[in-house]
Amino acid sequence: MSLEEKFEKLDDSKDKEQWLSRRANWIRLSAMTMTHHAKLGHTGGDLSSADILATLYLGRILNLNPEEPRWEQRDRFVMSKGHCSAAFYSTLASRGFFSVEQLKTFMDPLSMLNGHPDRNKLPGVEANTGPLGHGLPIAVGMALAARMRNETWRVFVLVGDGELQEGSNWEAAMCAQQYDLDNLIVIVDRNRIQQGDFTESTIRMEPLVDRWTAFGFAVKELDGHDHLALYQAFSSVPLEKGKPSCFIARTIKGRGVSFAENKPAWHHGVPTREQLEIAQRELGVEAAW
Amino acid sequence: MVSPVILETGESQEPQRFDCRDAYAKALEQMAEQDARVCVVINDSLSSAKMKDFKAKYPSRFVNVGIAEQNMVGVGNGLANGGMIPYLCGASCFLTARAMEQVKVDLAYSKANVRICGMSSGMAYGQLGPTHHSIEDIAWTRILPNLTVIVPADDVETAAVMRYSLHHDGPIFIRISRIPVRRALGEDYEFRLGRAVKLREGTDITIITNGVLVVRALDAALLLEEQGKSVRVLNMSTIKPIDEEAILEAARTTRGVVTAEEGLAAGGLGGAVAEVLALRHPAPMRILGLQDVFAPTGSAEFLLEHFNLTATGMRDAALDLIGERK
Repeated sequence: MSLEEKFEKLDDSKDKEQWLSRRANWIRLSAMTMTHHAKLGHTGGDLSSADILATLYLGRILNLNPEEPRWEQRDRFVMSKGHCSAAFYSTLASRGFFSVEQLKTFMDPLSMLNGHPDRNKLPGVEANTGPLGHGLPIAVGMALAARMRNETWRVFVLVGDGELQEGSNWEAAMCAQQYDLDNLIVIVDRNRIQQGDFTESTIRMEPLVDRWTAFGFAVKELDGHDHLALYQAFSSVPLEKGKPSCFIARTIKGRGVSFAENKPAWHHGVPTREQLEIAQRELGVEAAW
Repeated sequence: MVSPVILETGESQEPQRFDCRDAYAKALEQMAEQDARVCVVINDSLSSAKMKDFKAKYPSRFVNVGIAEQNMVGVGNGLANGGMIPYLCGASCFLTARAMEQVKVDLAYSKANVRICGMSSGMAYGQLGPTHHSIEDIAWTRILPNLTVIVPADDVETAAVMRYSLHHDGPIFIRISRIPVRRALGEDYEFRLGRAVKLREGTDITIITNGVLVVRALDAALLLEEQGKSVRVLNMSTIKPIDEEAILEAARTTRGVVTAEEGLAAGGLGGAVAEVLALRHPAPMRILGLQDVFAPTGSAEFLLEHFNLTATGMRDAALDLIGERK
């Protein structure tokens, strides 16, 4: 039975939550094992986004077929914060787009698993991201394509909060409003930390809810580590008919690992062997792979 | 100066000139009728990109992102992902320069099936000045892996390139002028990617050019013929992938190559030709274009003359190349 089939069989929301929580922690440990292996990566954001990714992919929010990754009617997911590729790749492998075994090659010479995702190398990747502010315009185009073709696919895009300092996001937001793209769902990983410092000490992002609201989105703020809240929120899109949706997911950078939580240095910190062992104990996962 | 074509034919009237944008717009409408995947994205460029009729006929396949080129190129990638064939139509200066990282990542690196129709390229915006000139676009676009770069010579070739583009796999940058230009190609012309078009055979010297300068190169050939020189003229409309064999043949069978382009001499068509020759068959060259300067104020026609991008300019460069300039 596939993982997502297992999820479907869980009746009780408590069970679903526990199951997603375990899967998310597996993604966390897998990502940390990858960044440890590569001695490169963006561990902090991997850990803050793991619950969102687990809910979307393993909670069966996204209508996908790993057997046929380019199935035309699929929902699109754009990982705009492409630097959190370790968590993203772990999620795709977990969902069955490629083998978990492949995760071991993260950033190795000639690996399919680039530091940042490449759709022409890896099944399940929709967009080549890495430079920030690219994902949302691409997602708007995908949503427009669904309109033009009378298709019902939805487009989910995960953006970082610091990423929103790139002006291209707001160009895209205006376009989404103009075209009433209620098949577009923006999720902001609001972990409040960017590479060098806290967002609010760099370029203030607040009032973030008001900003998205002013740009014509139906906005909901929620706990980005509460799987049930995420699951219910993503299951009820669009938040408002005729409007694009925006979820501000309040998260903690480095979530789940005591030494990394809420520390700017862990934006691109990578764990030592000892730290990886501590993380494993704290996350309660036997081993990633 | 009276056109040499007129001198030759004895016609009393100036030949008709065409705006390539009309040909591109008409071709797009025809393509949209044939293929439901064809769609257009503009950046407020409804009139400058001549898209009023397309919008009226195909409103559901028409997107105006407003004055927002970064979003425009990203939207193109997303539309292609969703199975559409988007044509991004706007002023070349903004589409390339303003959105260069999106062109690199979202189109070239992603191998997205998107077509950029860069309007009013080169110095076509004349008096509006260097902010609106797009003299850098060829150098910028041709270095990007996976990105095909085409500069049509006239309205006939523009329409042919548009028709070709529908079936091309991967991103294309098509540079479309707004300077009215005489027709250089016959109406039965068929575009072939990566193949230079030999518009005139010659044995003394080869002029390689493209875009609105092609007819000027034909005029230069006539002027040189008056001086007993036999000139080959190659329309190198595809800059990438470039026709290496045509360039090598020119180097082998004529005494040298003059290139001319409506843009910076560095990194453009001349640079592309020089790269081929330097590595495979060194030959004397002259590269006509803007030599590391922005253009002064003046009409497009004035600026082309100012930078010797004229029949006489090409003639003089050719004579200089073979040591016969008086």
